[in-house]
Amino acid sequence: MTALLDAHLVTGHSGFSMDVRLRADAGETLALLGPNGAGKTTALRALAGLHGLSAGHVTLEGRLLDRPAERRWVAPEHRGIGVVFQDYLLFPHLSVLDNVAFGPRRRGLGRAEARAVAAGLLARVGLAEVARRRPRQLSGGQAQRVALARAMALDPVLLLLDEPLAALDARTRLDTRAELHHHLGQHRGAAVLVTHDPVDALVLADRLVVVEDGAVVQEGDAETVTARPRTEYVARLVGLNLYRGRAAGHRVALDSGEALTVADALDGEAFAAFPPSAVALHAERPEGSPRNVWEARIAGMHRHGDHLRVQLDGALRAAADVTPAAAAQLGLVPGRGVWAAVKAAEIRAYPA
Amino acid sequence: MTVDPIARVRRPRGVPLALLVPALLGLAFMTLPMVGLLLRAPWRTMPRRLAEPEVLDALWLSAVTATAATGLCLLLGLPLAWLLARVEFRGRGLVRALVTVPLVLPPVVGGVALLLVFGRNGIVGSLLAETLGVTLPFSTAGVVLAMAFVSMPFLVIAVEGALRGADARYEEAAATLGAGRWTVFTHVTLPLVAPGIAAGAVLCWARALGEFGATITFAGNFPGRTQTMPLAVYLALETDLEAAIVLSVILLAVSVTVLACLRERWTAAP
Repeated sequence: MTALLDAHLVTGHSGFSMDVRLRADAGETLALLGPNGAGKTTALRALAGLHGLSAGHVTLEGRLLDRPAERRWVAPEHRGIGVVFQDYLLFPHLSVLDNVAFGPRRRGLGRAEARAVAAGLLARVGLAEVARRRPRQLSGGQAQRVALARAMALDPVLLLLDEPLAALDARTRLDTRAELHHHLGQHRGAAVLVTHDPVDALVLADRLVVVEDGAVVQEGDAETVTARPRTEYVARLVGLNLYRGRAAGHRVALDSGEALTVADALDGEAFAAFPPSAVALHAERPEGSPRNVWEARIAGMHRHGDHLRVQLDGALRAAADVTPAAAAQLGLVPGRGVWAAVKAAEIRAYPA
Repeated sequence: MTVDPIARVRRPRGVPLALLVPALLGLAFMTLPMVGLLLRAPWRTMPRRLAEPEVLDALWLSAVTATAATGLCLLLGLPLAWLLARVEFRGRGLVRALVTVPLVLPPVVGGVALLLVFGRNGIVGSLLAETLGVTLPFSTAGVVLAMAFVSMPFLVIAVEGALRGADARYEEAAATLGAGRWTVFTHVTLPLVAPGIAAGAVLCWARALGEFGATITFAGNFPGRTQTMPLAVYLALETDLEAAIVLSVILLAVSVTVLACLRERWTAAP
């Protein structure tokens, strides 16, 4: 089966180059996740036809939209792609209703018909009562929903969302996220979402594509990506300590020279990962069962939820979570030396 | 005694005399002539003076030609401003420089140049005379042309600035909603920069209203046909000083009104 969206985005500008492949099926929501400047927004703009490709292609529903090699390029207005922009970009000189009716009007509907369509869409996102207002009179959450209704008004084959929740405060974000999830579920086409927030990506997307420095570094469903991160960035995002090395049986020799004893047996290039909560800190070298034990120095600590996250420096740099009580008992302060221990059963190892 | 540095910065009377004195002199230099004009104005005979046919003719002609010139500037200047602001092309800097030339060019030189091109023997002028039987110099249309020539830069510069200040991503958003470039221009770009266009048009109109040098050179000084207010002021100065003052007061009043309008526009702009 061919995918609804099949894209190979190659582009670049002063000191930045991008080469990203994306595929999405009908009804699927893809999240482009990555740090600032990774090229997520550029990828989205390229799909929308707002940023020219230097090579590669974009095919949507079997229709070739871009192929620089054949000098093929379809203008944004003829792509049938809806975009929800980061700061929504609602037209300030039009009412909310006319903002949503803008697309249907361009499709050739009369003013009254287009407004009827828009009113229906606004009712669907629960905003019928603000239809006559100007965009500047809306709250952030309302503006986000209007932007979504405006983009959906043309029933696009592909919906692009650029950081759709980034401009909202925490409370509004929670409600809007749930609503967006609901609307994306009803969208029959594909959707590509750009975000740097892993929670947005995990809640809203069926599949995660992690982009760093203009390239895809990891791809997969939420479970795989969170359980088996493949880069430092993803590991930090999902809250895991990640190391790369060479595995031989239950032993992974790390690039830094240390070695970890792990539960899974494998051979060859491998990643080893464990959560900060798996790290136990001791004032003296602990005795007992076979464990990974090393001497470390406390580089820093900060509150993280209801416990303290301790950054460990030394042979193995890692983050460890301890309770405030344990921290007080051990007398943990930055600069202090401690012993860190992780059970082999807590460390996951997988091929690189 | 120690001086608190912050208190020193906040002290309101910290203006050096070397700056204050020339500043006040400059202010007086600019306002005194206008005050003088108002003091010398024959306020009692003003209503009768205003009703004189020569004054009314000049006033009417000025209003009509300045408005027509502003219309012409909008028609040609808006697309030009858009081109300069939104399209990257080779020689854009040069084009921008060319557009601003009439700002610094002595208007008389502009008038001479217009005569050479649009005059009876000019490249365009001879063509117009042969094909359409139209002669522009020394006609009301010539006045409009001369005014448009000198006031176009005001419109182009104001609108280009507004276009550069407007967020071009609104135009991208419109494109993703199915709007072609022309629809984007008319439905999104123009409304977004409307305050800038209005400001530019008012400036343009005011400049056209005051136009003297290019007009008298290219269109001459025929009462009722090409004699606009500034030309009437100049002519009256030699025969009837009081009439000149009356006309000047009118022009001053218009200028002040324009300024007030612009302030409104600028403060009301989003």
